[in-house]
Amino acid sequence: MQTNVCLNDMNLIKISWSNLKDKPLTSFLSISLMALGIGIISLLLLVSKQLDEKFTRNVKGIDMVIGAKGSPLQLILASIYQIDAPTGNIPLEEATKLTRSPLVKTAIPLSMGDNYQGYRVIGTNEKYLQHFEVEYAEGKVFSKAMEVVAGAKAAQNLELKVGDSFVSQHGYDGEGHKHDEQKFKVTGILKTNNSVVDQLILTPLESVWAVHEHHEEGEQHADSGANALKLLEEDGSHNEEHEEEPKEITSMLIKFRNPALGMMMARNINQNTTLQTATPAIEINRLFALLGVGLDTLKWIALVIIIVSGLSVFVSLYNSLKERKYEMALMLSMGATRIRLFLLLLLEGLMISIIGYAAGVLLSRLGLWVMAENVEKNFHYDFNVLSLLPEEMYLMLGALVIGLLAAALPSLGIYRINISRTLADE
Amino acid sequence: MISTENLTFQYSPSKKFQFPDFACADRETMLILGKSGKGKTTLLHLMALLLHPTGGKIQINNKEISELSVGDAARFRAQNVGIIYQKAHFVHSLSVMDNLLLVNYLSGQKQAVEKARHFAESLGFADHLKKKTTQLSQGEQQRVSIARALMNNPSVILADEPTSNLDDDNCLKVVDLLKNQTNEIGASLVVVTHDQRLKDVFEKQIQL
Repeated sequence: MQTNVCLNDMNLIKISWSNLKDKPLTSFLSISLMALGIGIISLLLLVSKQLDEKFTRNVKGIDMVIGAKGSPLQLILASIYQIDAPTGNIPLEEATKLTRSPLVKTAIPLSMGDNYQGYRVIGTNEKYLQHFEVEYAEGKVFSKAMEVVAGAKAAQNLELKVGDSFVSQHGYDGEGHKHDEQKFKVTGILKTNNSVVDQLILTPLESVWAVHEHHEEGEQHADSGANALKLLEEDGSHNEEHEEEPKEITSMLIKFRNPALGMMMARNINQNTTLQTATPAIEINRLFALLGVGLDTLKWIALVIIIVSGLSVFVSLYNSLKERKYEMALMLSMGATRIRLFLLLLLEGLMISIIGYAAGVLLSRLGLWVMAENVEKNFHYDFNVLSLLPEEMYLMLGALVIGLLAAALPSLGIYRINISRTLADE
Repeated sequence: MISTENLTFQYSPSKKFQFPDFACADRETMLILGKSGKGKTTLLHLMALLLHPTGGKIQINNKEISELSVGDAARFRAQNVGIIYQKAHFVHSLSVMDNLLLVNYLSGQKQAVEKARHFAESLGFADHLKKKTTQLSQGEQQRVSIARALMNNPSVILADEPTSNLDDDNCLKVVDLLKNQTNEIGASLVVVTHDQRLKDVFEKQIQL
């Protein structure tokens, strides 16, 4: 009996809800518009936040990138984020010479050009792993050529284990010709690092040279590559004459002791050598500025959609109030106060806002999930889908205000109803 | 019980109504007959506190109601007067049951589900409680509006042309139910109509 009474209990929320259900199409339209507007804005917020996070995390501590002349943005995207083709190769010796400057704190060489089923195989040295402060889930760091350490995501998707071996392919898309002669061997699997390392397979520089040498000369050249490397690592002065062809790398990541002075060095390199330097912070700001125009436009479109949703609430309540004038007079005659009926109508606008907001936030999560799936397939970049942003709280506030305003204007009509005349008019 | 004295109402200087005095005791029924334009609905709205009289007095349960403020009048009406209109109007989006409970809710009373069931039972629409009011026939709708007028146990039931949209069969049935139910809760029943079919079923009548 008690539950029965509760279930049947009348209240303003129940009446408002019944009114919304009574006009399903109109309510659906208003809710859809609100959901669409909120969804777009929320998705934009999520994407820019996630991009921002990804880009900032991967760039930390790297002041400058040295590479072949070309687009500086491309150099940054390729060397730091591993999402674009590199600008070309540079002679290892020349790069090494530059990095012996006392201004340079750390220099990490990178050599790209191969992939294994779409995951990039990057030639580098242990400093790269140290830079990202990686931890090992299994195994240990590579110690000689043709040994690799796999990032968490790469290892998981390629089903790599310590001790596995594989053959890489030329290029970045998994469709180049196979380097059948040389097999890589996995010596370590990394824990998830939440950085670009997760998507990479890392190997000593020598491996990349070895794979790309002519078959018959492979061994010898790998060794001479190692000699050139010593120059870099020992920072000593080797005066031995090397007659073999010069070794090449793709780019060099530089950390300065003093970034301000480093900028002068960068200018000098750009003007006086065949190499170019790029500053991650500047290039990424430039990229965001370019993206920003598009994002802003979308934001304005979404805002307009939300306002149209408010208009739709306004029009539907205005019309329904005309239709329900008798109903309202009836309720007034039964003892309802005008403020109560005003609240009743406000509640209808509010409900549309709340449902629309919830649907919009869900929609944005769904959109981000779909995007993440695609982006991961193409770039091996993943997004964290479920976080709720503080900005979305303001968005909710905005949605509620628009719902309330849109409902309040027509609902004021309640105060103009003449009960006796309306009831007598039939 | 309800009584009036020298009741007048003026819409404009040229449109003025003067109503005869009458009294209707508890459990008593009364018919007010009049052609259209004679001020039937105006009189009913005066008794229902929907209009404020220009002059004269109205008493319900010995309380003078013509002096009440708008807010007090609304509260008094909600608790003491049940109104049945010519055409049964409901809150369109709510079920029959919810339309009945709405009366309790809006007047601040406890929502009496059992009472609503009881009225539905005696007025013969117990099977329709979950339906929307628009799914009911006119006769059924008018019976629901009788139940609605009874929900707060008012001391006066006012009916404005309750039968004019009904056929002869339904007409007599509805009036019968109206009289019985009013009698059961001990209220006065005042019916305002031009429907000549009702002449024979009410003893106490006045002509406007």
